[in-house]
Amino acid sequence: MIDYIQPEFHVDIDYDKCHKCGRCQGQCGWGVYSFVGRPLPDDAKCRACHRCVTFCPAHCITIKRSDLAYRENPNWPVAARKAVWRQGASGGVLLSSMGSDRPRTSLFDALALDACQVTNPSIDPLREPMETRTTLGKRPQVFGDEPPKEWAGRMTLATPILFAPMSFGSVSLNVHKALALAARELGIYMNTGEGGLHPDLYPLADNVIVQVASGRFGVTPEYLGRGAAIEIKVGQGAKPGIGGHLPGEKINAEVSTTRMIPQGTDAISPAPHHDIYSIEDLRQLIYSLKEASGYKPVGVKIAAVHNVGAIASGVVRAGADYVYLDGMNGGTGAAPAVIRDHVGIPVELALAVVDQRLRDENIRNQASIIVAGSIRSSADLAKALALGADAVALGSAALLALGCHLCQGCHTGSCSWGLTTQKPELTRRLDPEEGAQRLVNLVGAWTHELQEILGALGVNAVESLRGSRDRLRAIGLDAQTCDILGVAPAGR
Amino acid sequence: MIGNLSHDKMNMAEADPATRPIEGYVHRAPTVTVSRRDTTAATITTAASSATATPAAPPAAIVDADHIYYRELNAAIAGLVADGVRDITLRRVNGQRYLGNGLTSPDLRLRIEGVPGQDLGMFLGGAAIEVYGNAQDGVGNTMEAGHIHVHGSAGDVVGYGMRGGEVFIRGDVGYRVGIHMKQYQSRVPTIIIGGKARDFFGEYMAGGRMILLDVASQLSGDALGMYVGTGMHGGEIYARCPVNPAQCGREVGLTPATDDQMAELTPLISRFCTVFGLDADRALAGQFTRIAPVSSRPYGNLYVNL
Amino acid sequence: MCGLIGFSDTAGTRHSGEAVVRAMALQHDRGNGLGAGYAGHGIYPEFPDHYAFHLIYETREALEATEAFIDHYYDLERAEALPTRRTTGITDAPLLWRYFAKPESKKLRDSGISDDDYVVNAVMHINTSIEGATVASSGKNMGVFKGVGFPEEIGHFYRIEDYEAHTWIAHNRFPTNSLAWWGGAHPFSLLNYSLVHNGEISSYGINKRYIRQFGYICTMFTDTEVAAYLFDLLIRRHGLTAEQACKALAPPLWSQIDRMDDKARHDYTLLREIYASAMLNGPFAIVLGTDEGMVAFNDRVKLRPLVAAVEGTQVAVASEESSLRELLPAPDFLWAPKAGEPVIVRRGQAFQPPVVSTSKPAGSPVGGAVASMDVLTSESEVSA
Repeated sequence: MIDYIQPEFHVDIDYDKCHKCGRCQGQCGWGVYSFVGRPLPDDAKCRACHRCVTFCPAHCITIKRSDLAYRENPNWPVAARKAVWRQGASGGVLLSSMGSDRPRTSLFDALALDACQVTNPSIDPLREPMETRTTLGKRPQVFGDEPPKEWAGRMTLATPILFAPMSFGSVSLNVHKALALAARELGIYMNTGEGGLHPDLYPLADNVIVQVASGRFGVTPEYLGRGAAIEIKVGQGAKPGIGGHLPGEKINAEVSTTRMIPQGTDAISPAPHHDIYSIEDLRQLIYSLKEASGYKPVGVKIAAVHNVGAIASGVVRAGADYVYLDGMNGGTGAAPAVIRDHVGIPVELALAVVDQRLRDENIRNQASIIVAGSIRSSADLAKALALGADAVALGSAALLALGCHLCQGCHTGSCSWGLTTQKPELTRRLDPEEGAQRLVNLVGAWTHELQEILGALGVNAVESLRGSRDRLRAIGLDAQTCDILGVAPAGR
Repeated sequence: MIGNLSHDKMNMAEADPATRPIEGYVHRAPTVTVSRRDTTAATITTAASSATATPAAPPAAIVDADHIYYRELNAAIAGLVADGVRDITLRRVNGQRYLGNGLTSPDLRLRIEGVPGQDLGMFLGGAAIEVYGNAQDGVGNTMEAGHIHVHGSAGDVVGYGMRGGEVFIRGDVGYRVGIHMKQYQSRVPTIIIGGKARDFFGEYMAGGRMILLDVASQLSGDALGMYVGTGMHGGEIYARCPVNPAQCGREVGLTPATDDQMAELTPLISRFCTVFGLDADRALAGQFTRIAPVSSRPYGNLYVNL
Repeated sequence: MCGLIGFSDTAGTRHSGEAVVRAMALQHDRGNGLGAGYAGHGIYPEFPDHYAFHLIYETREALEATEAFIDHYYDLERAEALPTRRTTGITDAPLLWRYFAKPESKKLRDSGISDDDYVVNAVMHINTSIEGATVASSGKNMGVFKGVGFPEEIGHFYRIEDYEAHTWIAHNRFPTNSLAWWGGAHPFSLLNYSLVHNGEISSYGINKRYIRQFGYICTMFTDTEVAAYLFDLLIRRHGLTAEQACKALAPPLWSQIDRMDDKARHDYTLLREIYASAMLNGPFAIVLGTDEGMVAFNDRVKLRPLVAAVEGTQVAVASEESSLRELLPAPDFLWAPKAGEPVIVRRGQAFQPPVVSTSKPAGSPVGGAVASMDVLTSESEVSA
């Protein structure tokens, strides 16, 4: 069949400046370039990941949006037409990766932070103490009440940021190493995702949360015992209610060993945990994990869906030490686009509802709240804290720091930046030490910026921002959304 | 309605005339006694009526400040200065703020007995202020020149933004002393503390010199608090005590004072001890630690262009 | 900017409020005439077991509705207008009444809660449900006298000199973020706690949400109210000591906690984790008056002033030394408390100034130069 779909990008090469060195061909993971005396691009394969642009010594490559005109029809955006053509030709479910690319107003962007003027002094974070230390986990309601024996200890973070779960398999081992090295350096945690823990990361395991998902890949008593905490993955913001499917091509020897499945077979994560069909089953699994691990903290990651307040309350009452809320703008290594783009609710609303619900039931001290999907800057971080989050998790932002250009090709396994691939010629492009340094820089910079925000707010500890919705105002949000967020409109 | 109470009865009888409350400070000119070197003392009630001084013999004046508002006190001082008085004593001071604010006469001596209030000698551009008592917060705020000597202790934020002159505190001081002191051209401000100091000593310090002696303190414990010299990017602090790097901002380095540096400090410390009747030998004995910035641009790498 | 004073006699000797008004008047310039107030503990020895409700009514309807409520739920011993006098500078005074009452015994029994909780519920009900009525105080043998005016005016208006208390707290207000109204002046009070505050609680947003979890509803449009409720929660309901409550509300920095011994580190870490949302952040000096005495403390980095003095059995704290000199002209010792280190005065217990060496510096012409609190509580005392 003829392919109806025309290239989205045009690779423009200024041959007068081109060195004819062929580096572009070598760098491209998508097979865009052939080389006949000079590089010849196939526009149809380009994903605008800019790997070639970044490494071209002559700076002669420009990736342009194709000028091809489509007849205007606001009801039929070009993307919708392409989707129909693609499915007409293939009969397939449309697969994509990273977070939704649908234009959607971020509620974080509609929130503005407060600052001190006159009546209370702003605080200078560079020269006065400015505490970002955060602890996650259950705490008693009253000082003097010793925590029950079955309560796990708490996790301590130097700054209210974690790295989001991304499995070895969906990302490379070098990505895992960079995340774990950075987590140790920063005094925070990385999260294995559902693909097990590679032995190379054992020395760093004090800063690793090990995940248990429906596929139970690599889950052994040893695995549960190594991590600083255990996370049950119930859902993911980018694909609530959907399982996972890591294609056999990505299951090389290392992934096979870590996941404990044969090389080359598909790694399938069922949609639900088949031992959790209801809330009492979650409680059973939480306590089973605690029992097996010597009572480590057990968190539960859920996707932000409509009834998230009640769900989170149940999760906390089931014994979770933290609830991880993943919003509908969260990233993924691979998900059906229809689910990614249309299922769930934004994390801002989910967070507001859950924090309030736990306070209404006076069980807020029983669990911490981690939010993700998507935290793009220290401003999002600060606003999430003000809405009530204890910490945020960075997935897409961490990958971006490692070179990701959000080309949404993770599911292809050919990431030119060597991140979401297992091809050795590509994965070696990321030096774990350098990657860790970039992650340390990013989290360090955001922490500095958070301290500046705290200083401007006139508080010197992050717990005084946490849940302090008085320090937020909404710009241009309707009354009902303001009410759900617990935030007054700007000017009031 | 409870019982038989009538709520028509107001809280007070309408017929009563309104009465005045007491006043903390009264708004009237203080009683001033001017004495000349060769004449007997004369008591007057306003500062303005004393304008008969002979230039050869600058008279001295005693002002009874008891519960007089600061505006009237400063007005009396201004009047006396205009009349050529160069030695003024304020007696029974308690809490009046802004005393000596903005005085610029280099040969003026202002003695304060009691506890002057906030912002003593703020914007001082000359004059020597002697306090026989404790001082409250904000001594020598944004001071340009002159002397302030406190024969007791002082509160928080001594010498904020001070650009010149000298502040001597015999006893202890509170938080944020010498914050953002700076020097400019020939003006080098100096603060010497006889006792101990709390946190944020020399915060943001950009110039000048502070000396902490810890010889006249009532306190036990460390002579210096935490966050010493955070953000410091100029000037120097000498402390006659051990200093732990953990007490200090990362912008400073610690070194033992050298013999050359001690030779420079010795006359200053000796004079301080003479002013307050302290034992200079004791004050000079022991190891001094010099706290000084490692860079005049401590945050050069903090920012990156967007 | 505001000014405050606390005074307490450990011997329990009661002192007229006159000196407190005089001392407060010296801080006139710290306020702007839009609020002042006094709380006296021990002022109603003739009613030691009755709850003394001080009410502020903006309307006659509010008075009638409140009295109907009190009449229904309480056995009333006495109801009367608060004695006041016409004072220059005080205009538009609301109706000011006091009631000495006990919970009606059958209703209290049926409610299944303690008499204190019964009273807290009544206070919350009146403040939130009766328009124009505000409970100024609700404790036993104590009362709050506050309004819109300068402190010397409010003291004169309420005839503060006619009351004798073992513990006084006083406030001069410069309202910033909230309205000037009679109910909004300090002290804020609930049961036997009265509280004055200088500064701003920048963490009010989360403190308010935290305290709401325990049934306290902030109605006064001011951050100070939340501190009064926090003390009631931490001390009365959670059973913390005054020291522990202060350390929960103004905890040591993590860098300090990290240097403590194991036991203290464990306890302080737990205290911070449990009461993270209760931590008072921003510049403040707070004085809490209770039936037991007085607690005064600062924010963690001393952004608001507080000085203290002791003379015999009398202990005073104030925003400025001048007020201390007015109250205690010949102090045995005078010092500036360290950031976050509470000054705790308990009736019946000799007050120990927190300084090891009390020798006055030789040559100092004035008794008791400023010294600072060094180590009030040993690091592990919080766990005691």
